[in-house]
Amino acid sequence: MTTIDLENSTVRELNRELHTASAGSWYVKNPRGAHALAVGLNAPLYVEIVGHAGYYCAGMNQEATVIVKGNVATGVAENMMSGRVHVHGHASQSAGATAHGGLLIIDGDASARCGISMKGINIVVKGSVGHMSAFMGQAGDLVVLGDAGDALGDSLYEARLFVRGKVASLGTDCVEKEMRSEHLTALAELLRQSGADADPSEFRRYGSSRKLYNFQRDNVSHY
Amino acid sequence: MNPPAHLRESYLFNRSVIHEIQRAADEGIYDIRGWGSKRWMPHFDDLVFLGASMSRYPLEGYREKCSTEVVLGSRFASKPLVLKIPITIAGMSFGALSAQAKEALGRGASEVGTTTTTGDGGMTSEEREHSNLLVYQYLPSRYGMNPNDLRRADAIEVVLGQGAKPGGGGMLLGQKISDRVAEMRTLPKGIDQRSACRHPDWTGPDDLAIKIEELREITDWEKPIFVKIGASRPYYDVKLAVKSGADVIVLDGMQGGTGATQDVFIEHVGIPTLSALRQAVEALQEMGMHRQVQLIVSGGIRSGADVAKALAMGADAVSIGTAALIALGCNSPKYQQDYEKLGSSAGFFDDYQDGKDPAGISTQNPELAARLDPIIGGRKLANYLRVLTLETQTLARACGKSHVHNLDPDDLAALTIEAAAMAKVPLAGTDWIPGANRHGKNTDSF
Repeated sequence: MTTIDLENSTVRELNRELHTASAGSWYVKNPRGAHALAVGLNAPLYVEIVGHAGYYCAGMNQEATVIVKGNVATGVAENMMSGRVHVHGHASQSAGATAHGGLLIIDGDASARCGISMKGINIVVKGSVGHMSAFMGQAGDLVVLGDAGDALGDSLYEARLFVRGKVASLGTDCVEKEMRSEHLTALAELLRQSGADADPSEFRRYGSSRKLYNFQRDNVSHY
Repeated sequence: MNPPAHLRESYLFNRSVIHEIQRAADEGIYDIRGWGSKRWMPHFDDLVFLGASMSRYPLEGYREKCSTEVVLGSRFASKPLVLKIPITIAGMSFGALSAQAKEALGRGASEVGTTTTTGDGGMTSEEREHSNLLVYQYLPSRYGMNPNDLRRADAIEVVLGQGAKPGGGGMLLGQKISDRVAEMRTLPKGIDQRSACRHPDWTGPDDLAIKIEELREITDWEKPIFVKIGASRPYYDVKLAVKSGADVIVLDGMQGGTGATQDVFIEHVGIPTLSALRQAVEALQEMGMHRQVQLIVSGGIRSGADVAKALAMGADAVSIGTAALIALGCNSPKYQQDYEKLGSSAGFFDDYQDGKDPAGISTQNPELAARLDPIIGGRKLANYLRVLTLETQTLARACGKSHVHNLDPDDLAALTIEAAAMAKVPLAGTDWIPGANRHGKNTDSF
């Protein structure tokens, strides 16, 4: 495992090295909340960041595994395409925003807009999520072992939301839906992949009622 | 049918207003359309050039060189763009436009050495293949956004707003969400797609600086980063964009076009290109960044005269959207019968949102789209861009300039008080600039 100490190296040097590698493992020390750590990775690398990371950690990740042994600021794994990002601490706003694929695991809580405009990523939050999570979520699964804040799934498209705890309120066009066997199977698999100790039967499923998919005069009051 | 001469039409409640009120009463939803603002407002037509005379030497047309090359992104990017002409093609999405139209735009732009730009919906293979220089838009929706396309783009344009709708998100109505468009945007087919009006993972200029840093890190600091703003408060927005680390500012005035927006938005939000441009240039000059951070202006550019006047006011380049579509054949009299079947007419058609464009440009209908030959369309666009460039050079030479960037506000006079105030050039035949003293400084005493 290669060690990069950000007390002696720059973020540019770290990312440049990771962009030129096709395989390998890196241990990143002293991140001290730096932004754009391990962004744009495009190979099956393993990167372990020990400490807190700033904005957009592991942004646009492809194939790589990024572990953060600390908290992360806004936009962790934003627009991720594939791979795995695991945050051992808490995550700030917009975790996994617009991401198309891969698995994002947050052991702690995630703040507002977790999974905003998600486009295929799977997100497992072992704590709770803030308001407006999965806003305009298009595809993928958001799993919350704790509670969800206000306006969960507002203006949702086809993303699937699973919440074990309380939901403060549902957003426009988001409704509770029947938990069928295929959902229990998918949820169990996500819980297994993320190492979460939870029973799928304890969750409720939420999705789009699809009433706002087309502009209609009868829906004007909802917009 | 013309009404009898003795009938007097109301200015406030004219036939157009009556029609809209009754349409709203019937349908219960606001009017959504394409094109751009149709109302009159001060524009480049209200400025004229002061050609060379005793005090200035003109350059000989066709003999003495007048350069048109523009470099974009020289501030931080290791691979800035070098354009042969100061005219670029504005961002227009695949989805709003057909694949053939996107290909034609790429072909035309490439033939004359300039850029074309993606839009809200991602990058198509046709567009990348046929665009030598392609700017990849980074929009709030992030439809189709992926790092592979980011890396194969020649520049990245972070879109904050659009002149036709500053503060508004995009729309693509269901009739244009084909299988391919739906797949690219990860959306169900046939829905009325709403694009977010603000970015999902940052708010404000401090966050934008971090976002730009991330995009630079992902692309190893190679690509120029553009920041596009809709003209509403350009003086402040330009300063904030520069402080956020932009290489290039794209400023879209309220005459800028759209694929689908509420009419009330198009006609009532934003400020005219003329006024926005002057404020943007002032902001750059005050920061000592004029020509260091390049400025591209769009919104109502039609001719070389418009291009030259924008450059004289301080822009580094202009961008065209509506005019480029017209060059491809939009609103051509050739399709008059088809326009009439849609309740429109050549010269009036603005229903880009419906996907029934007879010219095959703003549509996803395969039969209509096939009407546009991308090779012929590309040639037409290249011809048009050449004419714009020749016209710009002609005017620059007449003012004695060996590079189009040497044009400056001293080469201009205004024909109206409004234009003089907005552009901060003197009213023709006077040294009067409304709102400024004779040295061009702001003053409250006027």
